[in-house]
Amino acid sequence: MGLNTPEIELLGIAPEIALVVGALFILIVDAIIGEGGNKWHLWILSTIALGVSIFLAVQAWGSNELQMGDMIAVDGFAAFVKITLAVFALLTVWLSRSYLHRDGIEESEFYGLLLFAVAGMMLMASAADLIMVFLALETFSLALYVLVGFRRTSLTGQESAMKYFLLGAFSSTFLLLGIAFVYGAIGSTQMYGSSAAGAGAQGIATALVSLPAGEFTLLVIATGLLVVGLGFKVAAVPFHMWTPDAYQGAPSPVTGFMAAATKLAGFAALIRLLDAILFPLRGDWRPLVIGIAVLTMVVGSVLAVVQEDLKRLLAYSSIAHAGFVFTGIIASNDRGVSGSLFYLATYGITVLGAFAVIAVLGGRDERRTTVDDFRGLFYESPLLAGALTLFLLSLAGVPATVGFVGKLVVFGAAVEAGYSWLVVVGVLASAVAAFFYLKVLVVMYMQERQEGAEPATSGYGGLATGVIGLAALATVALGLYWSPLIDFAERATFFFSAGG
Amino acid sequence: MSLPAYLPILFLLVLSTLFAVASIWVSSKLGPRKWTVAKLQPYESGIVPEEGVAENERFPVKFYLVAMLFIIFDIETVFLYPWAVAYEELALFGLIEMGVFVGLLVAVYVYVWKRGGLEWAE
Amino acid sequence: MPVAYFLVLSALLFSIGVYGVLARQHAVLVLLSVELMLNAANINLVAFSAMLGEAGVPGQVFALFVIAVAAAEVGVGLAIVILIYRNRRSVDIDEMSLMKW
Repeated sequence: MGLNTPEIELLGIAPEIALVVGALFILIVDAIIGEGGNKWHLWILSTIALGVSIFLAVQAWGSNELQMGDMIAVDGFAAFVKITLAVFALLTVWLSRSYLHRDGIEESEFYGLLLFAVAGMMLMASAADLIMVFLALETFSLALYVLVGFRRTSLTGQESAMKYFLLGAFSSTFLLLGIAFVYGAIGSTQMYGSSAAGAGAQGIATALVSLPAGEFTLLVIATGLLVVGLGFKVAAVPFHMWTPDAYQGAPSPVTGFMAAATKLAGFAALIRLLDAILFPLRGDWRPLVIGIAVLTMVVGSVLAVVQEDLKRLLAYSSIAHAGFVFTGIIASNDRGVSGSLFYLATYGITVLGAFAVIAVLGGRDERRTTVDDFRGLFYESPLLAGALTLFLLSLAGVPATVGFVGKLVVFGAAVEAGYSWLVVVGVLASAVAAFFYLKVLVVMYMQERQEGAEPATSGYGGLATGVIGLAALATVALGLYWSPLIDFAERATFFFSAGG
Repeated sequence: MSLPAYLPILFLLVLSTLFAVASIWVSSKLGPRKWTVAKLQPYESGIVPEEGVAENERFPVKFYLVAMLFIIFDIETVFLYPWAVAYEELALFGLIEMGVFVGLLVAVYVYVWKRGGLEWAE
Repeated sequence: MPVAYFLVLSALLFSIGVYGVLARQHAVLVLLSVELMLNAANINLVAFSAMLGEAGVPGQVFALFVIAVAAAEVGVGLAIVILIYRNRRSVDIDEMSLMKW
């Protein structure tokens, strides 16, 4: 039996390697240095690792090939997602520095796990084999389970970690079963199939062409299971039960990171699977995904209305936003894919900004995160109140913010594909959603500050301010001048194809 | 897609649900509920548990930490088996790949060691 | 033996696992049920791998990866369980209700 050893080309996974090496370096260096000190080296090292990673991801721009034994797709889509993920992680690292330092829980493990999580998410974006999807998903999930429970002394934090872990592990088994079924259906777990002729060169894409139409039953069932498994990660209804609890109990920077990056990574795998690989089966998966999209938009928006806790409210809002992204996936045309990418990138920046404000205002141990705690915020801290207003308006999709542009793009794609009624549902859900964003604004501007309330902003570093400022700037700038990012997303919307 | 194509799956689902329900029901009916002292004791490979250990915490937490580290490092050896099977064919390529893999494990080991994960005494 | 036997076995194991996750209150038992589901999927992989014969090696390799991932999952899961147990003296997931709706 001859073995073909795969060619090792490192360009495709260089960004991930940089992050893993960086994370190990941080962990080991800190373990050797030991306790004590200011720990400023942690965020600097993380920043360097992420910077190198972005640089390497940019290097791969323009490539269109499968690497590492057809396990990794190096294409524009992967490059876009990787760069965006690294930017999210940079903002998270800077915010976390302020947050952890204030709360006195700054440890190397936080940064190490964050970098591992980003590496896993990046792999998710360029996975060209379902084995890779599973391993990448587990890599970032395992890191996130720990990060969610990072406030070890907090009872809600522990509870969040437990719920997130149990439901996350539960969901990944469905993904795994789906992969096993794909393997049974086509005898391989590859997405594309090798261009080289020979046995075992089959992939999902080539099997869909070569197999007779009646033999897709197992593949369709497998698709359903894959959608369930990934739907958990992007917080789609009815697989959203973990979201509010995990978002509420996790440290605010981690919550922002989960809302931005986990969604992007999960959707990256979903988009590649549904819109690129399983495109010929769209008649079979569309009904399922449409059902999920409608439920997600409606349930997310409606349940957010009754929330008292701002983090929980934003959790339900993030569920609703997952539904909006689904409309772009259902369209499954070029505009839908680039629109989804644009939407995920801009939503991520906005939601990171919103959770940055909450991290700053929540105070030590996050005691003040209910909507009531934000009463009269404008009169005490006009700049923070202004920034939060901007983020909430963008999440609501008000014109002149980037959230409006995002909705326009994905809804436009859905209309183009003939799903106008889905857009009507989406717009109605956004209208409901606008109500609870406004509720928070009313509380901030129209109500008196509570007597004897502790000062809203105490002891946060300049880094957190910088993150909020950057996110606010991006929200406005991209809201007024969006064409560069849309151009970028459109040029990134090519998947690996054997034809070139 | 024709509907009859899904029938075997439907059949499988019904069968598995029935089996699960039936086996739970049967075991609840058939299983005798007699609790003896020996039955309630924790199973420690036949060793009688020590008396006088605190009620709620039977083992020091350190024990669990070591157990977890053991699981992780122990399971990693499954990747050595395929290498051993295809050692000849993989030749230098396999050696380098395993070097990278073991190198990662060593890095983790150094981390655990330096963080004090291997110290038994408090 | 036909591959269907193994698929039925795997489906049964998976269903038992799902039942365990939904019905059990003890966090460790829920974790065990999840492991059961992972192994059910593993049986599928190995069965399909055997069905494919010579070309079925990737399935076996994937099964090894799943075993390793399951171990990592157990490690993280038990760490969280211990953390909660030390604070609450209970790992009943029905009692974890600080947050609702």
